[in-house]
Amino acid sequence: MQLNSLHLIHFKNHLSGDLKFGKQVNCLLGDNGSGKTNILDALHYLCFCKSYFNPIDSQNISHGESFMMIKGVFNHQGNEEIVSCGVKRGAKKVFKKNEKSYSRLLEHIGKFPAVIIAPDDSEIVRGGSEVRRKWMDGVISQYDRTYLEKLIDYKKAVHQRNNLFKYFAENRLWDTSLIEPWDARIAPNAVFIAQSRKEFIKNFLPVFIEVYNEICGGSEVVSLEYFSNVSNNEDEFMELLKTSQEDDRRLRRMTCGVHKDDLAFKIGDYPLRKFGSQGQQKTFLVALKLAQLVFLEKATGVKPILLLDDIFDKIDDKRVRALMSRVTDGTFGQIFITDTHMGRIPEMFTSIGADVRVFEVINGEVNTLDV
Amino acid sequence: MVCKILVGFLFRCARYAVYIYGVQQLPSRLIEAAVDQIATLPGIGRRTALRLALSLLRRDTERVRALSDALISMSEGVSPCRVCHNLTEQDVCSICKTPERNRKLICVVEDIRDLIAIENVGTYRGVYHVLAGVISPMDGVGPADINIAALVLRISELDQDTEVIFALPSTMEGDTTSFYLYKKLVEFDIKVTTLARGIAVGEALQHADEATLARSMDNRTLYEI
Ligand SMILES: [Zn+2]
Repeated sequence: MQLNSLHLIHFKNHLSGDLKFGKQVNCLLGDNGSGKTNILDALHYLCFCKSYFNPIDSQNISHGESFMMIKGVFNHQGNEEIVSCGVKRGAKKVFKKNEKSYSRLLEHIGKFPAVIIAPDDSEIVRGGSEVRRKWMDGVISQYDRTYLEKLIDYKKAVHQRNNLFKYFAENRLWDTSLIEPWDARIAPNAVFIAQSRKEFIKNFLPVFIEVYNEICGGSEVVSLEYFSNVSNNEDEFMELLKTSQEDDRRLRRMTCGVHKDDLAFKIGDYPLRKFGSQGQQKTFLVALKLAQLVFLEKATGVKPILLLDDIFDKIDDKRVRALMSRVTDGTFGQIFITDTHMGRIPEMFTSIGADVRVFEVINGEVNTLDV
Repeated sequence: MVCKILVGFLFRCARYAVYIYGVQQLPSRLIEAAVDQIATLPGIGRRTALRLALSLLRRDTERVRALSDALISMSEGVSPCRVCHNLTEQDVCSICKTPERNRKLICVVEDIRDLIAIENVGTYRGVYHVLAGVISPMDGVGPADINIAALVLRISELDQDTEVIFALPSTMEGDTTSFYLYKKLVEFDIKVTTLARGIAVGEALQHADEATLARSMDNRTLYEI
């Protein structure tokens, strides 16, 4: 899959205009704050219906303007597909594919797969378990729509159940017959989500190990371990919900379920978060994201777009060079990469014989450069 | 020319006044009291309330009185039906009173508007039970806030060939309310049904959303001629 062109109106720091992209590597060069990352974010919008950086749509409209618009023309398995996103202040976001609005945004998720590597990814290793669940959910949702549907349903039902427990506490009430309908709604979804996550990690791990070894030369043993208190049996989970009712009552929220799952990253026998060096953590993350790309292509049959924001912040020149040589052998498809240095990336790609297009971003103005 | 400018100026002043008074003091306490009352209606903000109040001020007092009389008569004369909570001017509504209606077939709806929609079809011959809401803890609505106890009591007085039809919204809260109700009704050993959900009549398959399509597939029925 490739993005052929992008049309922007009033996006973020006054980005407007048309861009035509190359099939392999597209370099976006500019100083920090020039708006080069915003172009990656516009692509993120087209693939995920939202910004990677700011979830509030109206805040992505240029200051002083009333609306924004992002439109992309894709080559999707040989077909031209036009995806557009319009946001107007005070109105609902309109998302269209080939001029037809989606009635539910989640119908778009996964149709145009993409993987982004950005500086704040380090939270996946260093942050709380929520960040890792979000990462898993993001990947699984790209190839399994049912998963996303059930996850949304699960979250809403847990929210309702928590409100019920708050209501009990505030009104000094207790009526288990009121809890039962929510448990019955939650249990099948919890089991489905836990099974899907488990299955995902099982299938993803070999892909990850392969990519990691390729980057590091195979001297370390890495692993991913998934933990959940939800078994594969619905009745068992219903039972667990019943036995934790007292805890739930005390804490006024649901204390067990897939919203407590975690994922452990390990190097050798040690947790990466505590014992990994910064370099190891960064390499681990890059491998995780690149494996995600390989995995998604296998799962969906579509080669995702790769968005690289400040990759040199993560790993050194030599490793990036080795990685990027995979562009020419077809492991990666279309790439969008940002950098502050003028020469570094274009030169690197030209030297390995990749098709490179370079854009210079200055104060939100984008110019195509000849290489 | 001067006149035109003056009119334009006055017009702008008027708009400005509306803007200011939307948030600030009004020129009369009586207007303010009326605006306060109108703004208590759902979906009406203070600015709209002021617009409505000013439009009422331009009417003859007689027409305004007709409006206020109609509102008071409605408020005094209409109340929920003692049996089904439909709205009525009497103790029991016209549907519950109709002798041809099957009293052992009870359709449970969330809202009066749902009842009206089913009645407009004109084929249903049973009676109703209006819950006036669905269970939703985050909106502070529990079973005691809607007409569930009355329904259970009503069913307890009927015999076993009673059928209750759940015609609640196809949302999480609607489903949860159906589940809760079912648990309360199951001891009476009656028939409980729920409305079929799936592709709308006359809708092309390709235009149905995925959830609807999946549900239609799961709940497919035996083909009969
Ligand atoms: Zn009635």
